[in-house]
Amino acid sequence: MSQEPYVRTEMLEEQPAPLGQTGISKWMRENLFSSVSNSIISGLAILVVVFMLYEFLPWMLQPSWGAENLRQCYDDPNINGACWGIIRDRFNQLMFGFYPHAEQWRPLLAFALMLVAIAPVLFDKLPRKMMWFSAVYPFLGVWLLWGGSIWGPLMVLAGFVIGYVVNKVLANVAGNLIALIVAVLATLLWWLYGVGYVSEMLTGAMPVGIAEVDSDNFGGLMLSITIGVSGIALSLPLGIILALGRQSDMFIIKVLSVGFIEFIRGVPLITLLFVASVLLGFFLPPDVTFDLILRVIIMVTIFASAYMAEVIRGGLAALPTGQYEAADALGLDYWQSMRLIIMPQALKISIPGIVGTFIGLFKDTTLVSIIGLLDPVGLIVSIQGTADWNGVVWELFTFIALMFWVFTFSMSRYSMYLENKLKTTH
Amino acid sequence: MKKSVLLGTIAAVGVMAGVASAGTLDDVKANGVLKCGVSTGLAGFAAPDANGRWEGFDVAVCRAVAAAVLGDGDAVQFVPLTTKVRFTALNSGEIDMLSRVTTWTFSRDVDLGLTFAGVNYYDGQGFMVRKDLGVASATELDGATICITTGTTTELNLADYFRANGMSYEPVPIETNAEAQQQYLAGACDVFTTDASALAATRATFESPDEHMVLPEIISKEPLGPVVREGDEPWGDIVRWTLNALITAEEKGVTMGNVAEMGAAAGPDPEINRLLGTEGGLGAMLGLEANWAANAIAVGGNYGELFEANVGEATPIGLSRGLNALWTQGGLIYTPPFR
Repeated sequence: MSQEPYVRTEMLEEQPAPLGQTGISKWMRENLFSSVSNSIISGLAILVVVFMLYEFLPWMLQPSWGAENLRQCYDDPNINGACWGIIRDRFNQLMFGFYPHAEQWRPLLAFALMLVAIAPVLFDKLPRKMMWFSAVYPFLGVWLLWGGSIWGPLMVLAGFVIGYVVNKVLANVAGNLIALIVAVLATLLWWLYGVGYVSEMLTGAMPVGIAEVDSDNFGGLMLSITIGVSGIALSLPLGIILALGRQSDMFIIKVLSVGFIEFIRGVPLITLLFVASVLLGFFLPPDVTFDLILRVIIMVTIFASAYMAEVIRGGLAALPTGQYEAADALGLDYWQSMRLIIMPQALKISIPGIVGTFIGLFKDTTLVSIIGLLDPVGLIVSIQGTADWNGVVWELFTFIALMFWVFTFSMSRYSMYLENKLKTTH
Repeated sequence: MKKSVLLGTIAAVGVMAGVASAGTLDDVKANGVLKCGVSTGLAGFAAPDANGRWEGFDVAVCRAVAAAVLGDGDAVQFVPLTTKVRFTALNSGEIDMLSRVTTWTFSRDVDLGLTFAGVNYYDGQGFMVRKDLGVASATELDGATICITTGTTTELNLADYFRANGMSYEPVPIETNAEAQQQYLAGACDVFTTDASALAATRATFESPDEHMVLPEIISKEPLGPVVREGDEPWGDIVRWTLNALITAEEKGVTMGNVAEMGAAAGPDPEINRLLGTEGGLGAMLGLEANWAANAIAVGGNYGELFEANVGEATPIGLSRGLNALWTQGGLIYTPPFR
């Protein structure tokens, strides 16, 4: 008979951790009061936060939502701080500027569709087919915002099809380079001379479209987002091209890129905006109306792309030479090696810088108030110009700061998510 | 057309051929809309309301001109302009006229290529201080810190005044009136100086206006008026005489209420008849309809009505007519005859 050794047949019940090792007290001990100096800093920080809330909250929490004008807030004995009636009264204007009420679903839809369009770019788990929508979105978005006949954007889009077809057909006959050059020329010619004529003809034959909204009606947060998103979307590819150009061995391309980057970086954004608003008017022929918002978008884009180029160049420079050599050794040509090996790594390194530039660009859009565009900050002056709200300041700035914070904070959270996801080191 | 230009440029920034510019009047008629530069926001003079409709004394001038030219006081595209870009916007042709509390000065008229089409408000620069500062006159302001808006005549007048009186000051330059107001309230400066009308408007918005006072000295002449580009006399005439029509209307008792009735048929007063187009054909000389002035008056009334509705004593801004009373009542508002 073998003797059975003592074997425990059931597990001991799990005990709760000792009180000092769980919950808030443990977290606080580890994070806030782990050492004497840490405790002092934590204590001071908590004091500062409490003090600020003590000063700020009573000002913020006021029963002033219903006020019709500033005088009511002054006269009401219950209101001793912020006069939030201004936000209720002008919320629509702060969001959409002077965009017609009946059409305001359009910017909202454009914004929602923008989220859909950038989703496949931001999250790689989504089906790649959604990229087609992202490619079409710029035209859709412009059409939704400015309105007018559908044929204009469609015909501009058709330019790409024309270029593609010309390239395909000619590539078999005349070789790649000539096909590319002819395709680009054909597309440009179509855009310059064909689009206006054909789209007007089509509009005449089959008027499909939505009410046109003039750029003058753009304002508020919608204007900031329009300028910011266009600038962001356009400056990244432009920045990549400039960064590659700066690293290029081809002399002319290198000199042009360096010249562009250094010139644009050497000029303050506000100068470029003044050029857009004031100087271009002198250069253009008198009868050409060249949309102010479009001019601003172009200026903001070239400004941001110069910074973007330097951020990406930093990423390129951080890559070990071995990566370039390995790409060459594999027999990849320049574009293949950039697309498959260099850029994915360089861009990953540059993410914090890129997002930083994006956030900066988005906030810089408020500078347009100086050239008379009524973005949220510009609207402050307009709102103060009315008899009802003359004298309101902090309520508006608080609200606008909050709106901007929501956007910039989401951008920075996304960048953190992306960095974590792409982290390959251990 | 604008649309296709926009899209075309998105596609490719190309070289665009321009057509030689005709006169501003023809441009305005062709566009069907008057592009009028106004302030981005100044109490009583120009500001958009909650629905985005522009209101104010300067805005009213734009509407009157639009009504005179196009027959519709709403056919105006308001272009909000800051002090920095206002003249270039006018000179580069981005706007047809500027009605933005702009002081008529020698150098602006002669050197900058502008033509002032008249004066719609006689203003002057004043000072506002806290009462507890114990200052009763501007001559006691030696060494004060002063909030001023940059890029305006205010800045230059201030320097002149202090130099002439042998005093020193420390300027706190600020971009907009509203900001200056805030800085002043926050104590960043002892004195806030700007046009007296704006001082009155600003003081009225303070939580406790009684703690502040406007000093008696007016240190400058600030005739504010609409501006057009130099070199287009017919257009300048239209703006000038639209303003004159509003003033004559007040002089002759033509109001928003009775203009339709008076303009329907010739009455006993020949000048009213010429003004309202029932006699004489003055409109045709300007290249406008016979009832151009009647249209302009019908939008918001005559000069006096516009004044009372936008900046007058019944409004929160509460300005009295003062210098801006008709010449028959001891003011400076005067117009050449309609003949």
